[in-house]
Amino acid sequence: MTVIKPAQSVTSPSVRRRTQATPGHLAVQVLKYTIVGLLAATWLFPFYWMFSSALKDDPQVYTIPPVLVPNPAHWNNFANAWAKNDFTLFAFNSIFRYSLPATILTVISSCIVAYGFARVQWPGRDVLFYVCLMTIMLPWQVTMVPLFITYKTFGWLNSYLPLVVPAAFGNAFFIFMMRQFFLTIPHELSDAARIDGASELGIFARIILPLAVPALAVVGLFSFLATWNDFLGPLIYLNREEHYPLALGIKRLRDNISATGTNELAYPYLMAVSTIVVTPILALFFLAQRTFIEGISVTGIKG
Amino acid sequence: MESTTTMRWGRISRRDRQNLLTGLLFVSPWLIGFTLFTIYPLLFSFYISLTRYDLIREPVFIGVENYTELFTIDPQFWKVVYNTIFFVVLSVPFSLGFAFLVANLLNTQIVGRSFFRAVMYIPAIVPGICVAMVWLFLLNIQYGAINGLLQSWGLPAIPFLSNPDLAKPTLIMIAVWATGNAVVVFLAGLQDVPRSLYEAAVVDGANGWQQFRHVTIPLSTPVILYNLVIGFIGAFQEFTSAYLIFGSGGGPLNSALLYSPFLYQNAFQFLRMGKASALAWLLFVVVVIGTIILFRTSARWVYYGGEK
Repeated sequence: MTVIKPAQSVTSPSVRRRTQATPGHLAVQVLKYTIVGLLAATWLFPFYWMFSSALKDDPQVYTIPPVLVPNPAHWNNFANAWAKNDFTLFAFNSIFRYSLPATILTVISSCIVAYGFARVQWPGRDVLFYVCLMTIMLPWQVTMVPLFITYKTFGWLNSYLPLVVPAAFGNAFFIFMMRQFFLTIPHELSDAARIDGASELGIFARIILPLAVPALAVVGLFSFLATWNDFLGPLIYLNREEHYPLALGIKRLRDNISATGTNELAYPYLMAVSTIVVTPILALFFLAQRTFIEGISVTGIKG
Repeated sequence: MESTTTMRWGRISRRDRQNLLTGLLFVSPWLIGFTLFTIYPLLFSFYISLTRYDLIREPVFIGVENYTELFTIDPQFWKVVYNTIFFVVLSVPFSLGFAFLVANLLNTQIVGRSFFRAVMYIPAIVPGICVAMVWLFLLNIQYGAINGLLQSWGLPAIPFLSNPDLAKPTLIMIAVWATGNAVVVFLAGLQDVPRSLYEAAVVDGANGWQQFRHVTIPLSTPVILYNLVIGFIGAFQEFTSAYLIFGSGGGPLNSALLYSPFLYQNAFQFLRMGKASALAWLLFVVVVIGTIILFRTSARWVYYGGEK
């Protein structure tokens, strides 16, 4: 019966205070917080397990019943797992060869394109925008094989070019996000500048762009997230270990487990690097929670 | 602006021509990218699907043989189709139904709403490989936490990863766990429902269930449609969890071999580019038809208020 709650939000505070006192209402509240609390605990458990397993030694990993709080906790697992498996290199690749270049290119190209779709009136614009929107629904599998063949003939395999270059041509989803934002800026601002003789490029760069910084941040955040999390792209294009991003570094660690049986500290190390790779995303999320939620909601509600 | 209705170049006013040029200039990165990274591969893919091609020798044109092989000879194709439909048909409604209930729960007066919302959302934004690794570990039959707890309580272990009947439900369970995007979108939609509608319903004597049924649900239908389309397309393309947890072979008896890992396997392990492209085109057609059906039927059940 938790669904009845919207009614409470419309009752005045005094009424609410009165109803809260009744035993029935108290029972509903207790039930509600129990459900939400259990849900949250269940949802967080895999992350807790990832983190706590990273602190264990082998006997603690293979004990039944499972060890919930590792004692002693081996904090040096994090440093060892990282250093012994080349993760400094993988982190460098992930950040400086993939996420940062792709994010910068995506933000620039997507906001230029979105401006053309949002703030310039031209014949055929809405049809093209509709086409752009439809490409969001295109499954990646359809273009995967031909693009692979094309990049192979370019000699781009085993480089980050196939992952970064397409970002220079805008991403349909981010174009859509930016356009939604640009549409909310009053047209009078552009019109006034036009009367003053400003060029369209000048209006874009000097008037609209400074106002669009929050939207640029949203797109940058989501793009960073997508590239940091990308597994399939690197899996297809990068076969040499010196090129691996973090995701493939983790996969290599896991493949070693399957290949050699369970070598020493295999699972604690696997969980330790997983924890380290998850952490920046969690930090980013809690620092910019509002930005995340607004970005995701805007596309959902106005889509 | 009126002259834009006629597309004959000479009749377009100077100003419109100027705007057209400006507009095209701004969207030109996308136009070029669309041609290079969408249109061209799409057509190229169709051509490859009609050839035998292993990346080393020249492609050989073989007509529709890749398609007929899939439909009539390939022992795995129908199994993969069954697995994928099973996964899509169960994971999408379960995920969305669950997400909608959670969003309603969080839309009540609740202390710590944004914390709970964050908890639900986090599985959706962390790297898929980390998620797959921890689930692989949690569900392990010998030393996974879940089976370890069951055994210590004297219960039998559950072979999540080795029993063919449990492989797909395991993937569905993980999909439900990672449905945070839908929770956030639903919650934002619920917060957009005007309070006045609930007030009016209360005045009319509606109880909680009636408000949910006649106010919350109808006003949520546009958001439900959005999540349904996104969820449907995403589920068809599920790759990372399935591939990492069950391997490229798709687990016991191929029971968790989904469409995308199967396609990947054909392309990059067996180097059967023609067959992989045929698979890709079949998927493309199914996703397009499915999406059109969703939008067409949506006219019957999606409520668009008069406000927008």
